[in-house]
Amino acid sequence: MPAPFILDRSSVTQVMAWVLAALLPGIAVSVWLFGPGILVTLSLAIVTALAAEAAMLKARGYPATPFLTDLSAIVTAWLLALSLPTLAPWWLIVTGTLFAIVVAKHLYGGLGQNIFNPAMVGYAVLIVSFPVQMTQWAGPLSLTETPLTLAQSASVIFGGEFPKATLDAVTMATPLDALRTGLLQQYTVDEIITQPIFGHYGGVGFEWLAAAFLLGGLLLWALRIISWHVPLAFLAGIWLTAGFLHFFDPGRFGAPWFHLFAPSVMLGAFFIATDPVSGATTPRGKLIFGLGAGFLTIVIRTWGGYPDGVAFAILLLNLCVPLIDQYTQPRVYGEARKGKEPQA
Amino acid sequence: MSRELFKFKGGVHPPEHKSESSTHPIHAAPLPRKLVIPLRQHIGQVAKPVVNVGDRVLKGQMIGAADGYISAAVHASSSGVVTAIDLQPVPHISGLPDLCISIETDSRDEWIDHAPLDYQAMVPADLRMQLRDLGLAGLGGAVFPSAAKLDPGAAHSCPTLILNGGECEPWITCDDVLMRHHADEILQGVAVMRHLLGSTGILVGIEDNKPEAIAAMQAAAQKVDFAVEVVAVPTIYPGGGAKQMIQTLTGKQVPSGKLSTDIGIQVFNVGTAHALARAVHHGEPLISRLVTVTGHVLRRQNFVVLIGTPMHTLITLAGDRDGTTGVLMGGPMMGVPMPNLEVPVVKATNCILVKSNELFPPLPRALPCIRCTRCADACPAELQPQELFRFAKAGDFGRAQEYHLFDCIECGCCSYVCPSHIPLVDFYRYAKSEIWAREKEKRAADLARERHEFRQFRLEREKKEKAEKLAAKAQAKRAELAAEPAAAGSAPSDADAKKALIAAALARAQAKKAETMPKNIDHLPPDKQREIEEIEARRAKIREMARQPLESEEKP
Repeated sequence: MPAPFILDRSSVTQVMAWVLAALLPGIAVSVWLFGPGILVTLSLAIVTALAAEAAMLKARGYPATPFLTDLSAIVTAWLLALSLPTLAPWWLIVTGTLFAIVVAKHLYGGLGQNIFNPAMVGYAVLIVSFPVQMTQWAGPLSLTETPLTLAQSASVIFGGEFPKATLDAVTMATPLDALRTGLLQQYTVDEIITQPIFGHYGGVGFEWLAAAFLLGGLLLWALRIISWHVPLAFLAGIWLTAGFLHFFDPGRFGAPWFHLFAPSVMLGAFFIATDPVSGATTPRGKLIFGLGAGFLTIVIRTWGGYPDGVAFAILLLNLCVPLIDQYTQPRVYGEARKGKEPQA
Repeated sequence: MSRELFKFKGGVHPPEHKSESSTHPIHAAPLPRKLVIPLRQHIGQVAKPVVNVGDRVLKGQMIGAADGYISAAVHASSSGVVTAIDLQPVPHISGLPDLCISIETDSRDEWIDHAPLDYQAMVPADLRMQLRDLGLAGLGGAVFPSAAKLDPGAAHSCPTLILNGGECEPWITCDDVLMRHHADEILQGVAVMRHLLGSTGILVGIEDNKPEAIAAMQAAAQKVDFAVEVVAVPTIYPGGGAKQMIQTLTGKQVPSGKLSTDIGIQVFNVGTAHALARAVHHGEPLISRLVTVTGHVLRRQNFVVLIGTPMHTLITLAGDRDGTTGVLMGGPMMGVPMPNLEVPVVKATNCILVKSNELFPPLPRALPCIRCTRCADACPAELQPQELFRFAKAGDFGRAQEYHLFDCIECGCCSYVCPSHIPLVDFYRYAKSEIWAREKEKRAADLARERHEFRQFRLEREKKEKAEKLAAKAQAKRAELAAEPAAAGSAPSDADAKKALIAAALARAQAKKAETMPKNIDHLPPDKQREIEEIEARRAKIREMARQPLESEEKP
């Protein structure tokens, strides 16, 4: 074996484990404010993802041990599960996870080869195919009359049975849904946000979920698992685009803080847009990637056919990565600066 | 001491493992019974042997002469008899044997006559030739012939001289202990460098994990009659790389594809300065150096070792242990695995690092690249290692070159931080060697094509010249024949003239054939004649056989 003969202690497993750890605050807040349904969703997604990963590794002739234990499949499973409605039916979770692992990851060549973020591909497939089921969000417990227990959540997810109450009593439109519906009905933003679902910045509960993802994201940044470029650019892209629109017509466009404090934005900024495999690699490229995804998120939210645009925005930017990388190659040591002679 | 320092991008902090060997005194390794001295110990032209098998040589006697400007002589490290000049295993990454001179030592260690050089009185060019013939080459690892580096060239001076005592590789301490114990001599060498290069600013860069060396060099700097600034630089690998040291101390970057002298800076390793002092003040050629023997041995320490000493003698000296899994020349980041332990210590040998599974666990299996760009963050050449890896793996060498593959200094930082444990540097070495091989092939093909084209041209020209000559001859003959009958008084027809011409030519040809008939096969005895016939038959058969496969190939 050639030099070097020593390695830093890092590993893919370690990187993935930190990503999972950084998601824990968000999961905890979700259980606390929205009920334990998310635990069922997460577990189902993990089992599906690992089974799909094992089957695909075997089919492709890869050894199971280093690849199953790299935790990348579990990261995909968690990211998808956290993007799905907390009371989504089981087959929705399974379909999305299977599509993410089998098609978006392994059919593109497995770990490190996927052009698109697998979790976001799974999400996109579901929201395009099953828009109704994708709205089954558990409402914040503070607004729900009959909160569901873990067992009840499981029976909703697996059996579609809603105990004691109708579907509408436990699930609610997300703040983004409410905004979209309200605007379509010709209400102004100010009128819409008087609804009880709206909190200080975002939605009741949802803004705390967003804060928890932000906290986890900052942890990843502090550990140098991710760089600041993508999250900051992504949040800036959202803030600038939403702020620009809001400045000119606050009645028709939501406030930038409202757009920032959606859980999908914080999850997207720190955990999904930062996916190294499908993201840009150069520092300037990361800034362009983040800004572009933020801009597209607001454009899709405002004029698109879906309430949220984070997934589509990131997938569209995934497409641009080779181009972005190629045109943002940094200057190397000793290379002349543009328009400037090398120091002599 | 309050010099502004600059940070270079990237770098890593591997465990240092310096104190294991740096705190022990220097020992002289004993004279081995046999020395094996490679003729190629430096970059550039290999030295030419100037002794013969059986010659008695003295310690310090030149046994291989420098060949050209970028070259260095090699010398007998002790007195004895030349026993062989042949291919021997050498400490090189290729693992291929190289031409070496073997000397059986006579334990008398008898020096050849040698005298100090009055360097200030000498013409610089002559002094450089002397240094080349004393075998001086950079002892930091690159072994570039020092004489060539001491030539300021067209600029006539090199304002900044940097003495590199960085020694950033883990485990290695030979420069550290050299500075601790021989700081004065190092600065004597610097005085000669300064003289040759016309340098005005002299900086000594030492990583701040070597406080004793820094103190010793500072004390020595007080005693010399020129200004020397000893600077503690941050400990970070590869901060001791020449380009990184230049950036840390001056904030300047060496332009891509150029030399540091182009920006008025020359860098030498402290060991080279010491060897230069020995050469100038004692007339001693480079026949020994300090070597750190460390890792999985009982007594980790530095030895003064004669060039050509087999490595196993040093490991035995330091106390070999069970569980050795291999030996490196150099440190763990850029070291080269040794094919066996018979290989000799050469001018480039700064460290012999003995591996074990506890100190150097086997590297885990590589996973696919996840493009996390930790390698890019760690790369001191500011490259995008993940892209270079992708291109090298795909065989897209053109793109790899576009992405500055040849700016890679192979420091190993990228491989060190890679969470997928990909041996990245290996891929870059592979890509570089492929590109070199292709360029060589292309040059060879170009040459062959040129040669072929010239041959075609020559054949064409010869044909034309022959035709012209024949035409001229025919013209002359015709005129001659026309003149003859004219003299006889009857005008011949054109046909007659032609006939006569042909007849004359035939006669000439016949005469020529008879003349050129080989005489040695005339009048042979019948058995010889038969033998010749048999040979001719065999030849015909072979020719037939040679044609057959071609014909069968042509058949559909």
